[in-house]
Amino acid sequence: MRLQHGGQIDRGQKISFRFDGQYYKGHPGDTLASALLANDVRLMGRSFKYHRPRGVLAAGSEEPNALVELRTGGRQEPNTRATMVELFDGLQAMPQNAWPSLRFDALAINDRLSNFLTAGFYYKTFMWPAVFWEKLYEPIIRRAAGLGSITTRPDPDSYDKGYLHCDLLVIGAGPAGLMAALTAGRAGARVILADEDFRMGGRLNADRQTIADMAGADWAAQAVAELAQMPHVRLMPRCTVFGAFDHGIYGAVERVSDHLATPPEGKPRQTLWRIYSKRALVCAGAIERPIAFANNDRPGIMLAGALRAYANRWAVSPAQDVAIFTNNDTGHRSAADLMALGVHVAAVIDTRPDAPPLAGTEVLAGAQVTDSAGRLGLRAVTVRLGNGQSRKLSVGALGVSGGWNPNLGLTCHQRGRPLWDEGIAAFIPGATLAPGMAVAGAAMGQFSTHAALATGAEGARAALADLGHNTPAPDLPRAEDAPTRITPFWHVAGTKRAWLDFQNDVTIKDVKLAHQEGFEAVEHLKRYTTLGMATDQGKTANLGGLAVMAELTGQSIAQTGTTMFRPPYTPVALGALAGRSSGRDFRPTRLTPSHHWAREQSAVFVEAGLWLRAQYFPRAGESHWRESVDREVLATRASVGVCDVTTLGKVDVQGRDAAEFLNRIYCNGMAKLAVGRVRYGLMLREDGIVFDDGTAARLAEDHFVVTTTTANAVPVFRHMEFARQCLWPDLDVQLISTTEAWAQFALAGPKSRAVLERLVDGGFDLSNAGFPFMACAEVSICNGCRARLFRISFSGELAYELAVPARYGDALIRKIMEVGADYDITPYGTEALGVMRIEKGHAAGGELNGTTTARNLGLGRMVSTAKDSIGAVLSRREGLAAPDGLELVGLRPVNPQSQIPAGAHLLAQGAALVAANDLGHVTASCYSPNLGSYIALGFVKNGAARMGETLRAASPLTGVDLEVQITSPHFYDPEGERLRA
Amino acid sequence: MIIPHPLLGPCDAQEFTYLGDASLIARPDGMAEGAADAFHDYLYLRDNPAGLHRELWYHEQGDRSWLVVTRNTLTHEIVKAELARDVARAEGRGR
Repeated sequence: MRLQHGGQIDRGQKISFRFDGQYYKGHPGDTLASALLANDVRLMGRSFKYHRPRGVLAAGSEEPNALVELRTGGRQEPNTRATMVELFDGLQAMPQNAWPSLRFDALAINDRLSNFLTAGFYYKTFMWPAVFWEKLYEPIIRRAAGLGSITTRPDPDSYDKGYLHCDLLVIGAGPAGLMAALTAGRAGARVILADEDFRMGGRLNADRQTIADMAGADWAAQAVAELAQMPHVRLMPRCTVFGAFDHGIYGAVERVSDHLATPPEGKPRQTLWRIYSKRALVCAGAIERPIAFANNDRPGIMLAGALRAYANRWAVSPAQDVAIFTNNDTGHRSAADLMALGVHVAAVIDTRPDAPPLAGTEVLAGAQVTDSAGRLGLRAVTVRLGNGQSRKLSVGALGVSGGWNPNLGLTCHQRGRPLWDEGIAAFIPGATLAPGMAVAGAAMGQFSTHAALATGAEGARAALADLGHNTPAPDLPRAEDAPTRITPFWHVAGTKRAWLDFQNDVTIKDVKLAHQEGFEAVEHLKRYTTLGMATDQGKTANLGGLAVMAELTGQSIAQTGTTMFRPPYTPVALGALAGRSSGRDFRPTRLTPSHHWAREQSAVFVEAGLWLRAQYFPRAGESHWRESVDREVLATRASVGVCDVTTLGKVDVQGRDAAEFLNRIYCNGMAKLAVGRVRYGLMLREDGIVFDDGTAARLAEDHFVVTTTTANAVPVFRHMEFARQCLWPDLDVQLISTTEAWAQFALAGPKSRAVLERLVDGGFDLSNAGFPFMACAEVSICNGCRARLFRISFSGELAYELAVPARYGDALIRKIMEVGADYDITPYGTEALGVMRIEKGHAAGGELNGTTTARNLGLGRMVSTAKDSIGAVLSRREGLAAPDGLELVGLRPVNPQSQIPAGAHLLAQGAALVAANDLGHVTASCYSPNLGSYIALGFVKNGAARMGETLRAASPLTGVDLEVQITSPHFYDPEGERLRA
Repeated sequence: MIIPHPLLGPCDAQEFTYLGDASLIARPDGMAEGAADAFHDYLYLRDNPAGLHRELWYHEQGDRSWLVVTRNTLTHEIVKAELARDVARAEGRGR
């Protein structure tokens, strides 16, 4: 119900929202939880395991119960805490874990079966047979358990990432945080003040108290207004600092548009901030903890501080008649605040025999709540009085306070170990905090408002002093300074189920069982019972569970210890972590210089790393890709083809010692390569495995251009820089990656020279004698455009690669097509490229796969023994030179029209299909239109000695099993006459 | 993490690529006697200290410097960052 007066809500405006199919009204300033309570909705969800009716427990981000599915369609979001949802007009929310309805949930049968659903239930029940897991157990568990459901529709909103820097990051804008920000801000420091709430002020908004003779909330508003005027202070409400990372870096999520129905045009839904702070002050406050008693999970039973927060901040109470159950003085404060707002407090049930009196209500000293009643919401509680008599109180809400835990999360993210503080019966941050981090206020166990203000100011001053700025101590506004008075009391003895962890349905009985079965250590207790898991990470539950375990083991809580807190503090949406990196923007797309031209030719593209390359160029009438590819191959071999090969990595190597450097990088000799010549080169890793292959072209005495495979362009460059800087720091050599700087086209086929003659400017001798195979030169083409020409061939034909500055790439491909028209020049894509290289037996990705040696590739003799080069020594290891090593071979199916699946394994004919009989495998396969047969490359043990043998090629994955014959890998023009023509 | 680049000042670790132990600088001479054993030790035997560790980071999204970063593997505190080239020279890898 909504109270008559008070609250930080705009009563003048009504907004309408929908929960579980019903329409309700609330006010701006409400959360979904406060608005539901105002509408007398106490039942907000069903529990995870037993499907018990549940209402809201807390008023902040620690909420374990009131989880809803918010919004609809692609924006539907499960596990949203109703306490953190700012009400907006048209909001739609559905309860979770309830079917067919919230009031009648079929799976509430689990509650009757609770004797079977105890701790370790999964481990004990779903054990065997193993095949049942996938088919039976997992689907059942997934349906019955789980919190909420996700949408499978794409998220229509965008998420951003941002970077911020500051002198002092203040985390939490309660009294400590506000005072810290004021102190540092007034001193001129760059301050960021972040708070997860949409309204800054922390407990000042939730309590009736005065600061400097004004209402706490008003003082907070005034402080925020002052901070907002400071240009070097950034206020970040709706922003959760969720993790403390290395070197003063903090992760934060700002819910930019979560409080609106849809994000405004151009605005993200959320922003993930990486905050670089010189110093950070954790002012994250404290979280109240419950006391466990029988049936303490009914809607209407909540934390006393939350009951007080709902009344003070939102002017709502779940009921007209309430009671308080406490072991400390703050329970009395809740009762006083409620009475001041006109709520009837039936009694304060205080476990302490020496409980102080309270004006306006009865204090039942030394009493305990032993049970509760009310099927879908609290109706009454049973109290055992100090004298042993029993009394029943008819109340619709019970506020429970078992004391307050400093909010330790962030203080533990960098190995901080909490310490037990007897005085407040809670863990406080330990001495080892992240460098640059300090704690103030309730987060360090200083619970009075005065102490919060004082430690906040002091924390800011200390941080600034650390950074070399002396700041005067501010005049602290006057505020309450009540001592913390608590007598620890964790649970009421009894035989009925009493809940410790509401979100995971962990009861005292489960902890007892864990103890009985030997899972006593806190980390074991957590895993065995699921205490402290899931979305709330046990913020209200952990200590109660530890206290029960401590009792059972006879140890103190300090000895029992606590589980560690890890990031994130509260759940972070994957969308926020992904930011803009989703869909097509997941990673950059690189386009080749001829991309636009190729698109005009209706090319089909394929991803090659980040690149989009033309795969083939279908022509009218071609209905299957093979038709296009076969045509491209045949046309190239018959006349001339052109292919964009820009994606191959290019590294410019210059300097007096360039040749010597390359001689150490490649396993084959490079030092004596003549100017104007190109050489094939093989790079090894230091462990002797082949790293990459390519060509080195010597343009001048001190200038080489090296090519790499497309995939290894970046790793090879990194490797070369490593060698240059770390291994041979005084070689006179400079490197630069020029992959993007040059557009490069392969012209292949017997007519390629004729086409080239029409491009290269006069005076350059292109004849076979003048520019032979493996020649290179800097030339001028198309009347003065500078270019580089290499006579190299991947296709096995007479071929050239012609490179021009990348900006001329588009013009060049169009020019090549124009001058090549007389020869019916044919553009070809990566498929035809692949067919021609397999026909030639050239190694590529399938063979250079990071496990093969030069010897495997039939290139063993390339590894020079006359010099030291990277990988040479270990390539000669015994194990890599075994006599039955794999060797590259060609494979032809006995039936030429049988396709050989890549990845098929090779065995002796008639051998059983088991790993022990494995002789090798197929690495690349295609149809060769020149041979009229399918062909393949593969590795076979002792392959070179097995020419002509017939083997079995089996691919259980594709169901193909056929006979293949071992041949030379050089299917086409094995003597290389064509490329030297 | 933030790496204090000796030339560029503090840089986010995201700009770097990690390689590993800085002992990779001490590459043996492949032509020397016993090179195979030396390379085996060089490549496969590493210390894995709980504490200060010298390691190689490459400023790939930056100036392409290879750095030797001395980092405490327990706390991630970085106590030193040097140009690997200077370290290599100091270890006698210069001419």
